[in-house]
Amino acid sequence: MDRFLSLAAALLQPLLLLAAAPLLAGLVRRIKARLQNRRGAPLLTPYRDLRKLFGKEAVVARTASPLFRAAPYVVFAATLLAAAALPVFSTVLPGARIADAIALIGLLGLARFMLVLAGLDAGTPFGGMGAAREMLVTSFAEPALLLVIFTLAMTTHTTNLAGMADATLGGTTVLRPSYLFALAALLMVGVAECGRIPVDNPATHLELTMIHEGMLLEYSGRHLALMDWAAQLKLLLFAMLTVDLFLPWGLATRADPLALLLALPLLALKLALLAALLAVSETVLAKMRVFRVPGYLTLAFLLALLGLLSHVILEAAL
Amino acid sequence: MMWIVLAVFTPLLGVPLLALLPRARVAGWVNLGLSALSLAGALGLAAQVLMHGTLAAHGFRVDAFNVYLVVLTAFVGLTTAVFSRPYMHYVHAEEKRVGARGMRLYHSMYQGFLFTMLLALTTDNLGILWVAVEGATLATVLLVSLYRTPAAIEAAWKYFILCGVGIAQALFGTVALYFAAQHVLPAGANGLSWSTLYAIAPQLEPRVMVVAFVFLLVGYGTKVGLVPLHSWLPDAHSEGPTPMSAVLSGLLLNVALYAVVRMKMLTDAALASSATPGLAGHLLMGFGLLTFLTAVISLHRRRDIKRLFSYSSIEHMGLMSFGFGVGGPLATFAALLHMLVHALTKSSIFVTVGHATHIARTQRIERIRGLIRTQPAVGWGLLLGVAAIAGFPPFGIFTSEFLLLAATMQAWPWLTPLLVLGLVVACAGLFRSAQPMVFGAAPPGQYPVRANMLPVALHLALVLLLGIAIPAALAHWLDQATRLITGSGLL
Amino acid sequence: MSLAALPLLDQAVLVLAAMALFSAFALLAQSRLLAAIHVFAWQGLLVAAVAALMGAASGDVNLYVSAAITLALKVLLIPWMLHRLLRRLALERQADPLAHPALTLLAAAAIVVFADWVAAPVAQFEHSATRNVIAISLAVVLLGLLMMVVRRQALAQVLGFMAMENGLLLAAVASTHGMPLVVELGVAFDVLVAMVLFGVFFLQIKDSIDSLDVDRLSQLSASIEQDEEPEPRP
Repeated sequence: MDRFLSLAAALLQPLLLLAAAPLLAGLVRRIKARLQNRRGAPLLTPYRDLRKLFGKEAVVARTASPLFRAAPYVVFAATLLAAAALPVFSTVLPGARIADAIALIGLLGLARFMLVLAGLDAGTPFGGMGAAREMLVTSFAEPALLLVIFTLAMTTHTTNLAGMADATLGGTTVLRPSYLFALAALLMVGVAECGRIPVDNPATHLELTMIHEGMLLEYSGRHLALMDWAAQLKLLLFAMLTVDLFLPWGLATRADPLALLLALPLLALKLALLAALLAVSETVLAKMRVFRVPGYLTLAFLLALLGLLSHVILEAAL
Repeated sequence: MMWIVLAVFTPLLGVPLLALLPRARVAGWVNLGLSALSLAGALGLAAQVLMHGTLAAHGFRVDAFNVYLVVLTAFVGLTTAVFSRPYMHYVHAEEKRVGARGMRLYHSMYQGFLFTMLLALTTDNLGILWVAVEGATLATVLLVSLYRTPAAIEAAWKYFILCGVGIAQALFGTVALYFAAQHVLPAGANGLSWSTLYAIAPQLEPRVMVVAFVFLLVGYGTKVGLVPLHSWLPDAHSEGPTPMSAVLSGLLLNVALYAVVRMKMLTDAALASSATPGLAGHLLMGFGLLTFLTAVISLHRRRDIKRLFSYSSIEHMGLMSFGFGVGGPLATFAALLHMLVHALTKSSIFVTVGHATHIARTQRIERIRGLIRTQPAVGWGLLLGVAAIAGFPPFGIFTSEFLLLAATMQAWPWLTPLLVLGLVVACAGLFRSAQPMVFGAAPPGQYPVRANMLPVALHLALVLLLGIAIPAALAHWLDQATRLITGSGLL
Repeated sequence: MSLAALPLLDQAVLVLAAMALFSAFALLAQSRLLAAIHVFAWQGLLVAAVAALMGAASGDVNLYVSAAITLALKVLLIPWMLHRLLRRLALERQADPLAHPALTLLAAAAIVVFADWVAAPVAQFEHSATRNVIAISLAVVLLGLLMMVVRRQALAQVLGFMAMENGLLLAAVASTHGMPLVVELGVAFDVLVAMVLFGVFFLQIKDSIDSLDVDRLSQLSASIEQDEEPEPRP
């Protein structure tokens, strides 16, 4: 029974994430609209958009290579695989064994690599510009993300996400300076990776400053739908990562139906809070100029580095 | 105790008094009178120590090591005050470079500076020592910028920032020292009292003491003018009023070095049984030698007369640090004597230089010419001063340098040629600049100024006396101090 | 011993100390003077909070005094004086960007590692949980030093100087539960006088070179040591 349950939950996890991803994007948009005194689109709009796009014909530029067609599937699959590894309800499910943080970063890297290639492939100036900027952001953001993982790994002695969550759940509540820095760094990197304000603006194609949307300009129909969905999934993925690493309370540590059921509303609450936080910060902050982005990401890197240093200086040597 | 109060706190009384005194002419005399009172106190203190040995009470400690420095400080303070009265009057009333408010500031801070110096020397508490040395910077920094020229402001800023940075390191060292003491002393004992620390020094944790000493050396070493951190010194000396240069060179550097040596005594005792017993001495030697050699090279091709002599001060501070670093009774005795004769000689030189710059109306060496023709007293003063500072035989600096070389010969023979070479190069650099200033053709329209050469004559006579025969009482003190620092006496 | 075994007060001290370290970085990177003054005030508050919390943890009254002095001096008085100077010199909008931000931050990170290395032998002999704050405090001191080296604005240099003082106070608090009262008062007096003097200096520098960019203060290095004519005497 337990075995069946855990298997079912493990299969259910990625599907649930896939289903919830547009909802999170819709929620952020909705809260943002409310904060700006607009009514905003209904919560389910992202689903309708996806359905509409899937129904449309995919137009591909004549200059594009087969890579251009393959990219959306690879990006989507890699992102989904990364999401599948995340512990959503519980830390003891079968998938937990492959939930390695570094593998996760690798999968995200693969997705980004394909996305950038696709952006370049079409040969339009906007695609190339977006690709160049994406690589710029990545070259700063990825080391910072790795540092965050290392900082936590030094405390939990594992790079397995489920193991990390377990370690945090198992210990008593501790104020760790390194965790504070790592959390701040992760939030900043997440904002940059998901192309949100102040690094990028997901809501517009009109600015010359766009990054992510620049690479997608040539896509249409189901390709665009997959790319959009992957992007929404990535946002959810970073939110889940934050929850798993820093706020894992409520996550079931046993494959127990009641615990699993209880984990779900708690998770939803935490995600909603993060969505609200993102919406508030996007409302308060203005998009920064592209040449300021390295400075922003250097700060994230610095925070992660300080997390590492304060672990070594203040915590490890006790 | 009464003498300490008289010596140390008379200048403190002078700070508000002179700040409020409106008449610059009167202030000069009051300044002189207060300095004389302070000297009287210092002499009384010296007599006490001579009769009863070390005095330690109420957070003060006067032993053989600092008592002669107290007398020296008060003495140079007085003679410089004698010189400063007409000099500053000339600057104020004839050159009009300083206003009435500036004069009030000057006199008040002159006494403030003397107070911090005497407090730093007599206090037993290493925290107070730090506060006093930092206070000395604060008291003198506005005097360096007294003339308000851009160069003076730059010099003062550099002085402030560099010494501020340095002195912060010293405070960290003091904290580390206190930390080491707390692990040995029972609760409630004063872990910053030098007497207490010295008594328990062998028990202090060596590794902590190494960290503490390095920070203290960097911190107080900045004030001594040790080389990588010396660049404030020529600027501050050249841009401030000349009496300030005299007391900075003669007193401040000595007091900073005194602080370093006190710390070295503690560190040596703590490290005695560790793997690196001579670490503090080696550090001091290395920095001293580096300072000496750098300054010797910098003595050449100077264009500003006060910068020239401030590099000479750096050179001599390097020598003294080297001497204390070499350790052993002979080198330490030599360094202690050198502190005394250098302070006397250098302040007399700055007094002479003050007059020379008034005669030539510039500090540029190539425009100061023929002093001995225009005003023989100043010319002779400069000539003899330079001869004394360069280490010519009858003067006291020759004695101390000779002793130092002898000690080096014993301990580090292969360093002796380097030192001799440095001294020769320094001598050449000094005379190369001084010879035309004294003997060159006087430019037309150069007139004598009113100069009071009494302090110069007094100082040089003392240096001469010390070169020929050291008085028994002084020799006894220096020997006591040597005994205190190295554990064994020389005589 | 693990972090979890520490009392909550000690954990809070560690967190605050880490935040003080972060504030030193922020001060180093902050180019706008007004914001930098605010960061400095926050740093003072963090240091005061560390002192007060350690006082609460150990019951040492001396530490409360340190905290009170810091609060009065570093959080209220000195930022207020700097603020006034900024207004008086019309520098509110002045920015002083770092010449090489990435290099500076790398150097800063290296300094933290160095500070840890230097402080290790000191921390080794202390058994309290907060001994590692000594390394943090040394890092704050050295970061202040770095700030004085890399900044060209006189006011930013002063902030570096004052940040060093914050670090020193943190060191005294963390390693020895503060210095004896008389020393602490003396240090506070020196800092206050230094601040007043800095104020006087700003006005003098402003008068003399019409800017607070101390790179322009290069008279001595430029003219006197070389063959050029020095400043004519007024």
